Amino acid sequence: MILQMNGIKKSFGSNEVLKDISLQVDSGEVVSIIGPSGSGKSTLLRCATFLETIDSGEIIYMDKQAVTTGTNGQAVYVGKNELAQVKRYFGLVFQQFNLFPHYSVLKNIMDAPIHVQKRLKEEVHQEAMELLRKMDLEARADAYPCQLSGGQQQRVAIARALALKPEILFFDEPTSALDPELTGEVLKVIRQLAEEKMTMVVVTHEMPFARAVSNRVIFMDKGFIVEQGDPEEVFGNPQQERTKQFLKNYQR
Amino acid sequence: MTLSTMLASMGEGMLRTCAIFFLTLIFSMPLGMIVMFLRRSRFRIVREITKIYIAIMRGTPLMLQLLAWYFGPYYLFGMSIRGYRFPAIIIGFAMNYAAYFAEIYRGGIEAIPQGQYEAAEVLGYNSVQTFFKIILPQVIKTILPSVTNEVITLVKDTSLAFTLAYNEMFSLAKQIAASQTSFMPFVIAGIFYFIANYVVAFVMERIEKHYDYYK
Ligand SMILES: Nc1ncnc2c1ncn2[C@@H]1O[C@H](COP(=O)(O)OP(=O)(O)O)[C@@H](O)[C@H]1O
Ligand SMILES: [Mg+2]
Repeated sequence: MILQMNGIKKSFGSNEVLKDISLQVDSGEVVSIIGPSGSGKSTLLRCATFLETIDSGEIIYMDKQAVTTGTNGQAVYVGKNELAQVKRYFGLVFQQFNLFPHYSVLKNIMDAPIHVQKRLKEEVHQEAMELLRKMDLEARADAYPCQLSGGQQQRVAIARALALKPEILFFDEPTSALDPELTGEVLKVIRQLAEEKMTMVVVTHEMPFARAVSNRVIFMDKGFIVEQGDPEEVFGNPQQERTKQFLKNYQR
Repeated sequence: MTLSTMLASMGEGMLRTCAIFFLTLIFSMPLGMIVMFLRRSRFRIVREITKIYIAIMRGTPLMLQLLAWYFGPYYLFGMSIRGYRFPAIIIGFAMNYAAYFAEIYRGGIEAIPQGQYEAAEVLGYNSVQTFFKIILPQVIKTILPSVTNEVITLVKDTSLAFTLAYNEMFSLAKQIAASQTSFMPFVIAGIFYFIANYVVAFVMERIEKHYDYYK
């Protein structure tokens, strides 16, 4: 098991956004999360990546307990150093890419492995070039993000996350900020990673993609997991009324 | 009085003007950074006090502030202010410009999208790395035009040191103009400020060019 999130609760003020969510992800699994806007999908990923702190529940990465909840119901995070260790297990790809504009493509990818993981520059460079080849961006290694299309930027962001060799990669609507004609090139890269058995959790509105690529689909609504299972089951034969309603809006 | 003797007697004033200029920059730019951090403190009381400080520095004439810094210790505490003229000028300028720089820095910092911090955090950068590697270079780029404006204003503001009867270049120009009944010292002063600002603009443009490689 790569990730276990159990009984996650998260509120913003009086707005309870995650109401007892549990999510387990096995090695090599590709999990898609779908659901209407505002249902808490981003918040779930942000809690999983420690960008938000949960109110209660537990988070375990690779048998390392990162967050526990005692009898008083308050989530307790492990110390800073231990948390830094756990952070090495995951990567996150943002909807808005969030590349560093003042770094070249290559430096965006190489900087964290060198300065955070303290790995050797030569080795990191080689791997970065390898990743760029995979993303079909070899020729743009020296370009700056502002010189790239959205689709290219997102592929660089994926390469940047992969350069740290995470065990699991989260995607928060990786194609939502892209022009429709550019979504394909990003989805293709994610599909390729799925074939290589990269463990991934993808929040997406690309239903055909979720159906084709994932091992499991989770439908979230109003802070709950309403339904989950095999993509053919969830898309082909949804059990819950809310799932049916939601999916109907996506059929043309 | 020949032109060269005029220049010679104004020369020392020019050095003093340069001293005010550089010392003000050296102190006010880092001080502005501290003021900016206080202005963004998580403690409300610190934020409010800093806001008042900035409001006073920006809302009252620098000339008045110089007088207050110089004579304040005497009138408030009865302290001797002999030999304190130059330090008072530097303190007055630095405290005033720090307020302006703080607001410029703050604008620059607040213009950085939250996503930059989040990306850095997920990639594992610590907060010092995030600030110096990711945030600061982008802040510098965005604030350069405003900093240039401020520096050019400072060149001209140095003449306010005459308030404390400090013989910087402009004060000397006035004295010589009066004693020689000549307009020439003012022409020289004008040329001096113009050239100084030309150099400032040139240097700042070079720095801006240096950051031009991305948008
Ligand atoms: N930082 C925040 N502060 C306050 N409310 C937030 C914050 N982030 C998200 N929310 C609220 O949480 C709910 C779920 O948001 P989100 O997780 O972004 O949903 P989704 O990604 O499924 O569209 C929304 O009602 C949103 O307004
Ligand atoms: Mg979202």
